[in-house]
Amino acid sequence: MKKQSRILLAIASISLILVFFFPIWRIYLDAPQYPEGLGLNIWVNKVTGLNSNDLETINGLNHYIGMEKILPDAIPELSIMPWIIIALIGWGLFASIINKKWAVYVWLCTFIIVGAVGLYDFYQWEYTYGHNLNPDAPIKIPGMSYQPPLIGQKQLLNINALSIPFVGTYVILFSVLISFFVLIKKKTVGKN
Amino acid sequence: MIKNKIFTLLISGFILGLVFTGCSNQQEAGGTDEAAKRVYVAPGQYDEFYTFMSGGFSGQVTVYGIPSGRLFKIIPVFSQDAETAYGYSEETKAMLNTSYGFIPWGDAHHPELSETDGVHDGKWLFINENNTPRVARIDLTEFETAEILELPNSAGNHGSPFITENNEYVVASTRFSVPIPQKDVPIKSYKENFNGTISFIKVDKTSGEMSIGFQILVPGFNYDLAHAGKGPSHDWAFFTCYNSEQANSLLEINASRNDKDFIAAVNWKLAEKYVSEGKAKKVAANYAHNHMDEKTQTAVSVMNKEVLVLDPKDAPGMIYYIPTPKSPHGVDVDPTGQYIVGGGKLSTVLPVHSFDKMIKAIENKEFDGDVDGIPILKYDAVIAGEVKEPGLGPLHTEFDDKGFAYTTAFISSEIVKWKIGTWEVVDRVQTYYSPGHLNVPGGDTKKPWGKYVISLNKITKDRYLPTGPALCQSAQLFDISGDKMKLLLDFPTIGEPHYAQSIPAEMLMKNSKKIYKLEDNEHPYAAKGVKETKVERKGNEFHVTIGASRSHFTPDNIEGAKVGDKVYFHVTNFEQDWDIPHGFAVMGNRNSELLIMPGQTRTILWEPQKVGVYPFYCTDFCSALHQEMQGYIRVSAQNSNPEIKYTLGE
Repeated sequence: MKKQSRILLAIASISLILVFFFPIWRIYLDAPQYPEGLGLNIWVNKVTGLNSNDLETINGLNHYIGMEKILPDAIPELSIMPWIIIALIGWGLFASIINKKWAVYVWLCTFIIVGAVGLYDFYQWEYTYGHNLNPDAPIKIPGMSYQPPLIGQKQLLNINALSIPFVGTYVILFSVLISFFVLIKKKTVGKN
Repeated sequence: MIKNKIFTLLISGFILGLVFTGCSNQQEAGGTDEAAKRVYVAPGQYDEFYTFMSGGFSGQVTVYGIPSGRLFKIIPVFSQDAETAYGYSEETKAMLNTSYGFIPWGDAHHPELSETDGVHDGKWLFINENNTPRVARIDLTEFETAEILELPNSAGNHGSPFITENNEYVVASTRFSVPIPQKDVPIKSYKENFNGTISFIKVDKTSGEMSIGFQILVPGFNYDLAHAGKGPSHDWAFFTCYNSEQANSLLEINASRNDKDFIAAVNWKLAEKYVSEGKAKKVAANYAHNHMDEKTQTAVSVMNKEVLVLDPKDAPGMIYYIPTPKSPHGVDVDPTGQYIVGGGKLSTVLPVHSFDKMIKAIENKEFDGDVDGIPILKYDAVIAGEVKEPGLGPLHTEFDDKGFAYTTAFISSEIVKWKIGTWEVVDRVQTYYSPGHLNVPGGDTKKPWGKYVISLNKITKDRYLPTGPALCQSAQLFDISGDKMKLLLDFPTIGEPHYAQSIPAEMLMKNSKKIYKLEDNEHPYAAKGVKETKVERKGNEFHVTIGASRSHFTPDNIEGAKVGDKVYFHVTNFEQDWDIPHGFAVMGNRNSELLIMPGQTRTILWEPQKVGVYPFYCTDFCSALHQEMQGYIRVSAQNSNPEIKYTLGE
């Protein structure tokens, strides 16, 4: 790889640190009773409210429909994900230092697999929360489930849920695109 | 002779009033669309100003939006309020403690916003209680009463709680003179035995906590209203007084004889100096100081036993009397701090005194005798000008941002606009009916915001749909942005709106609290979660520590109470969500309900009289399952020994 490519690869790796500073996903919940807004931030290592007490409020509201409480400590992925990100950062830097094409391929493949598995896992959690309802819940509507969308908007009773990738995800995409760019560029250079 | 003149004046005033009233309805009909647009605040939009109104004999403070005239909140201050449990709950009872014991009612008069550099700073609102002399401080992040200080050596705390430019002092003068200290003397010995006081209440810069700095013992007149100086007159405060005749009976005649009464000018900086030099005497006293402890959210009442009293005889140069015609009521200082307007309520002119001339007159000793050693300044040496034809019965003046003053005239029922400096009347407008105070936003500060004047009327009559003999009180909003005042809106108020102060909405709304943090709740009976709920017996006290969240109480089935017990329900609202209060009421309780804000703990006492099972429930519609938010408490016979049991969901 050229020096320029190696620097780009290093930047792509290091920029992943930003993932710890920004949520990767955001779910906005819009209800008539909450003009001030309500929502969740999904981070690689935690789930927090959009405003200071939102998580507690959402858990409180969810008990009406029998949804399980969202307890970040009970989600094992949140303790695994940070290590995966750190490993990716490390491998990216390693690839940049050893200057081997295969290392970049491994990095990119791992990256894409992690991303895909992550998304699927997130969907699974949403599915579980939305479908695994307490049969004693005060509000039971036959056939109704409360799975928030992965991306996009969905009306769940009085709540309009809007789910979108947030800054953390864009950082990851940026990283992936750079590594693509590095590989493609190398190929073109190689052909010439 | 003079008496006759006044009488004719009053009669002609009333007749004039009636004449004006008769043709009033035609006058205001025009321009309705324009006025409607000015006061229309579209759904979901906010008012431009918060207006804090005195609730008068309701004892409370009301919060309105201007220009819409919509009522947002009644803040309980001096009277019990069964809706919020203020003065009923164990946490708030002590706020109404006095040296006379618990008093359920008060007469609130003048709301006064705190100031920094002579401009409202939006931290606190002070208000006085006239009947049992007290001053309260309201916290403007919570819109709740934070503190009440009783004033010893005082009766009729009317000239209060006017504030100095940086909240150095809140002043308070006595409308009624009494024997100080109180003693058993003939009422006819008024002249020998009765005195007034002027109190200077210190305000802590950060916490706002009040304490009496010192009191000045003054001759036994009726001290009516006050205003502190500003700018050049920063060191001074001014107090009107009437009854310089020192009458003690039939005051409406006997206290109206003198051609002039006084405005007392007090140099508080000098008084402060005399106090620091030890010139004030420590006098034994007994007065309550109540404050809401922020951490436990519980009122604490402490009896203070001492106060510093300054006798003007020991403090030369501290106080002067400025002669002011005919039983002056309001005293108002213009935004520059140069002019002092006295509202001689039986006077045909409105005198405006000059601060600079006053200082010169003091330097040149231009005196006209004295009262008990207090020099009386020469009227002509102090007067800056007289506003001619200021209406009949001028009472109060506020100022706008363009150099104009607005004075209410009670008898002729109007607001008169005049120019500072030329003293000429430039406009007058009828009010319906008989205004007392008036309020221009920021109108008693260095920097009036202007725009509106609110007339606070004493008589309502035919202005609204009739509601039997007892009518609502009434305020009126006028536009003062142009040359002519324009009536925009009538709106009803609660209690007599003695006075009001307004502040731009954005100064307060950004600081308004939404919840109390549960983690900061240090109430000794707080349950910070389901695990901390419990029921316990302490002798004949039965303490129920209970949590409220949508939509249940934890626990909701309670057994073990007995007839004759004092059952304390300590209810913590677990919610940490905006605008989710819970209520609590138990059947047959000879006490109020509770209304508990998110994160707060409130306690209500219940003394069950008969065995049985009694339901309790949430009184504030909190959720879709609010009707399910209920519980039962079992009361066993007095001589039984029931087991304590408490459960939820079993």
